Amino acid sequence: MPLDPSFVGRSYPPTAPYLVGREKIREFATAIGATDPAYHDPAAARELGHPDVVAPPTFPFVMTMAATAQIVEDPALGVDYSRVVHGDQRFAYTRPVAAGDELVCVNTIEEITSRAGHDFLTTRTEVATVAGEPVVTVWSKLVVRGEEG
Amino acid sequence: MELPVKTFRITRADLVRYAGASGDFNPIHWSDRFATKVGLPGVIAHGMYTMALVGRAVTEWAGSPDAVVDYSVRFTRPVVVPDDDEGTEIEVSAVVKEVTEDGLTRLELTATCLGVKVLGQAKATVRSRG
Repeated sequence: MPLDPSFVGRSYPPTAPYLVGREKIREFATAIGATDPAYHDPAAARELGHPDVVAPPTFPFVMTMAATAQIVEDPALGVDYSRVVHGDQRFAYTRPVAAGDELVCVNTIEEITSRAGHDFLTTRTEVATVAGEPVVTVWSKLVVRGEEG
Repeated sequence: MELPVKTFRITRADLVRYAGASGDFNPIHWSDRFATKVGLPGVIAHGMYTMALVGRAVTEWAGSPDAVVDYSVRFTRPVVVPDDDEGTEIEVSAVVKEVTEDGLTRLELTATCLGVKVLGQAKATVRSRG
């Protein structure tokens, strides 16, 4: 059954704060082979004006993937996650993420379309500090493949 | 202007490490049995791992780890990673499309695996320091 387009525009309650850890950034940077000192060494990051190690550009997905479970697992929307593939991904930064940030995600369903038996679900996640300072906006387009797909 | 091509090798060990670091444990990224059952040719890299490697290329070209202000891709083809020591390789290239007066550089990105494009509409905007 196609996803209900009346869900477009729906926002979900803010997620519990995610505390960005220095070791988590180091672990992520190591996993992608990113060796820049600012990802690993607080002193190097401070030289660039950050309070602690800074995160590589796609790091926020660690947080937003978990946060968008609110949408993907919303029983009222009814996404069959076993049929989901990742379509598009975008990050628009106000400022880089750094260790010590305590971040909250607000998810909104931005678009739902159906084509050739597949559903396309675009989520937008506004990532801000607990104090309300905007940090990064993250868009994911998920493709829910049709039954015959 | 074209930027120097960068290549990244991807092995199964890299996918396991990325799964742990990112929290994405979807078995299509580590189990051939599962991947083939859902119609894939075999284990494929996380799209977000490919995006992260291309992001590395972008920050390296920019010469700054925190330069990215906007970065977007479309995942068009899977990166199949065989279970051997060689794995596979992606090749990343970029063309500078625009340098704005306020110090932003717009890059159009291309990522290929075995000569096949794996990303579409991939672009990044980076801020120059100074």
